[in-house]
Amino acid sequence: MSEQAITLTPQQLIRKRAAGEPVEAGAAPDIQQHIINVLLENSMGALIRVVNMFSARGFNLDSVTVGVTEDPTVSRLCIVTRGNVRVISQILRQLNRLVDTIEVDDVTGTDFVERELCIIKVRCRGEKRAEVLQVNEIFRGRVVDVTPDILALEIVGPTQKVDAFVNLMKPHGIDEVARSGRVAMQRAPQPADGGSD
Amino acid sequence: MSSASTAAALAEPQARLRGKAAVQQHIGKRMSGAEIFLRALEAEDARVVFGHPGGAVIHVYDEMARVQPNFKHVLVRHEQGGTHAAEGYAKATGEVGTVLVTSGPGATNTVTGIADAFMDSVPIVVFTGQVPLPLIGNDAFQETDTLGVTRSITKHNYLVRAPEDIPRIVHEAYHLARTGRPGPVVVDLPKDVLMSEGVFAYDDAIRMRGYSVPHECDEVRLRRAVRMIESAQRPLLYVGGGAINANACEALTEFARHLNVPVTTSLHGLGAFPENDPLSLGMLGMHGTWWANQAVQHADLIIAVGARFDDRVTGMVDRWAPHAAIIHIEIDKSCISKNIYADLAFNADAKPVLEALRPLVRARKVKRWHNKIQGWREECPLSYADDGELRPQFVLERLRAKTGGDAVVVTDVGQNQMWAAQYMNYTQPRSHITSGGLGTMGFSLPAALGAGLGLRAYGIDKTVISINGDGGFMMNAQELAVAAAHGVPLKVVIMNNNFLGMVRQWQELFHENRFSHTDLTDTNPDFVQLARASRCAAFRAERTDQVDGVIEKAWAVDDRPAVMEFRVVKEEMVFPMVPVGKSSDEMITSKHAPETFV
Repeated sequence: MSEQAITLTPQQLIRKRAAGEPVEAGAAPDIQQHIINVLLENSMGALIRVVNMFSARGFNLDSVTVGVTEDPTVSRLCIVTRGNVRVISQILRQLNRLVDTIEVDDVTGTDFVERELCIIKVRCRGEKRAEVLQVNEIFRGRVVDVTPDILALEIVGPTQKVDAFVNLMKPHGIDEVARSGRVAMQRAPQPADGGSD
Repeated sequence: MSSASTAAALAEPQARLRGKAAVQQHIGKRMSGAEIFLRALEAEDARVVFGHPGGAVIHVYDEMARVQPNFKHVLVRHEQGGTHAAEGYAKATGEVGTVLVTSGPGATNTVTGIADAFMDSVPIVVFTGQVPLPLIGNDAFQETDTLGVTRSITKHNYLVRAPEDIPRIVHEAYHLARTGRPGPVVVDLPKDVLMSEGVFAYDDAIRMRGYSVPHECDEVRLRRAVRMIESAQRPLLYVGGGAINANACEALTEFARHLNVPVTTSLHGLGAFPENDPLSLGMLGMHGTWWANQAVQHADLIIAVGARFDDRVTGMVDRWAPHAAIIHIEIDKSCISKNIYADLAFNADAKPVLEALRPLVRARKVKRWHNKIQGWREECPLSYADDGELRPQFVLERLRAKTGGDAVVVTDVGQNQMWAAQYMNYTQPRSHITSGGLGTMGFSLPAALGAGLGLRAYGIDKTVISINGDGGFMMNAQELAVAAAHGVPLKVVIMNNNFLGMVRQWQELFHENRFSHTDLTDTNPDFVQLARASRCAAFRAERTDQVDGVIEKAWAVDDRPAVMEFRVVKEEMVFPMVPVGKSSDEMITSKHAPETFV
């Protein structure tokens, strides 16, 4: 491989850089996580086409969420995936190529709001319970179910926040975790003069 | 050039107006779903339907007998043959091919042809019967999840849920198959939808908010392209099947001649640019010419037109065209920068881009580049041994001499395909039809049948030659009798070496002559007898001096297929060759010995 690095022509260097492939021998490939929003025909088989495309072409699929939009004929997907520049651009193009996709939007690198919802059942009683509720308070979680042995808590926030909460609950004994996967939306651009008229 | 103009004529929407006019009288009438379906096919001007009946589509066939629609139905003897025939029809005429089969095995038998059409961007619409809607998911008799099975090998697929939806879905299916990057579309028709009644309506408008044909050809891109082209010292055009699909061949030829830029084509690009033009370098890639691949490796600018940088073209991607900047004109955005990064891309139909670009660029003086290519051409011409043995290349040269290039050549897959690509010298678009992407053995005969019937349906008088090896021929030999029944005078060539020749070649080159299960001597039939039993004329040549006689006899047959079996030597190999995983300048040729590979 090192021999190749020496013999690369300028054109080959351009290609490697464009693909996000390492140019120097031994360098790690530049793989990034991307959040892609897709507006999709809300019709039979549309979602499966998207998911199937990921598996047929060997793309990574970290999470997918789907729900109907304000227009009942359109559903909205939020896809979390990973890859280098070349792979991500292929994913976007292959998504666009599907007949059912109305709009494909990679929000990564833009100013966006991202949320994930998580319901977590924690096994706890006595003073343990107070501790759990305290952490829950800090994370602005909600208690959605209570039994003598179990607390069910709902946490909403960016994925890192949910990860952190789940990690904090681990020592107490997690009974069950349900995570929604991420949804994301680009923020509206702020008016340049601060909004006054 | 006659065929260039016929191809363009076929692309005119007038053909479709004919369909629209044909169904006006039925609009607003109440009829069965099956009849609505037949009227919808008429509306699309489907002139030939390749089909096979069965339980789920029996009502369609019943209505066909009753209402006598204006298209010709051709009963194929295997659904795979039907899909390849539709591909041949589409590739020869430029129009959408149509297939009609039943549910379950009928549908699964079409899968190979659908996958083939998907890889090779062939516009076909496959209608599959389906069990009644209430039975779907119940493991009913002859039920298959056809949508699921064909999802990743179609441009799009549909399940029809009501008879009134049939015309819209059929219209969308043909529109999708034909426009943008063409491809196969599957429409699944449940039996109860075909049996129930509805009102026939026809609306020409297409309402698909998620689908549009791109046209990225702005001033900025054009100016950049002009700069890149005018500063190039060693420019090269690399042309694929997209140029033919876009009917861009005339524009391409004018562009290349105006700029004086050499042209190499992929397998599917053969015929897009006349190979008798001095600018033509023939095919590039694994079995391309030495000079075309050398030109690629030395070029400083490659203008790719409707091509997708397939691995059989590039070999090792990292080392392909190491000095060339790339301009990519391509209708399918997902093909741009997929394998090779494009420095400048036009995500658009090839024809308008080439036409917009030509007047902006000044003619090139690249004499040194042409001289260099001429050197490679003389260094390593295509050749085969002239020792009196019967070799396939000789047969192809004699066929070429007979037709003068005015024929449609439909090849199978393997050695016969590569020799036909190298030796037939294509000068017209749509004169070369093959299974390139999927590499489907058994493609040639049914595709030739479809091409012959398609040309006939459009009133084009052209000889269709089907070129086969003995291996592939047996995979769809059942369609011979269909061609005979319809009086299609195919010229069917079987290069019989009693071997799976291409696998044999790899076994000899890379697997130390272990000819594992490639010898067909014991399982091949007597091809002449087989052909005659299928009501075809049949002739055999075993020596070089018999070849012309057999060709003459075959050409004298005009009412049914003529099968020519040529007993060729089994040791013959396709050269030159870029072995898998090697770069385009590491070719095995008769001159450049394969010491790097042994």
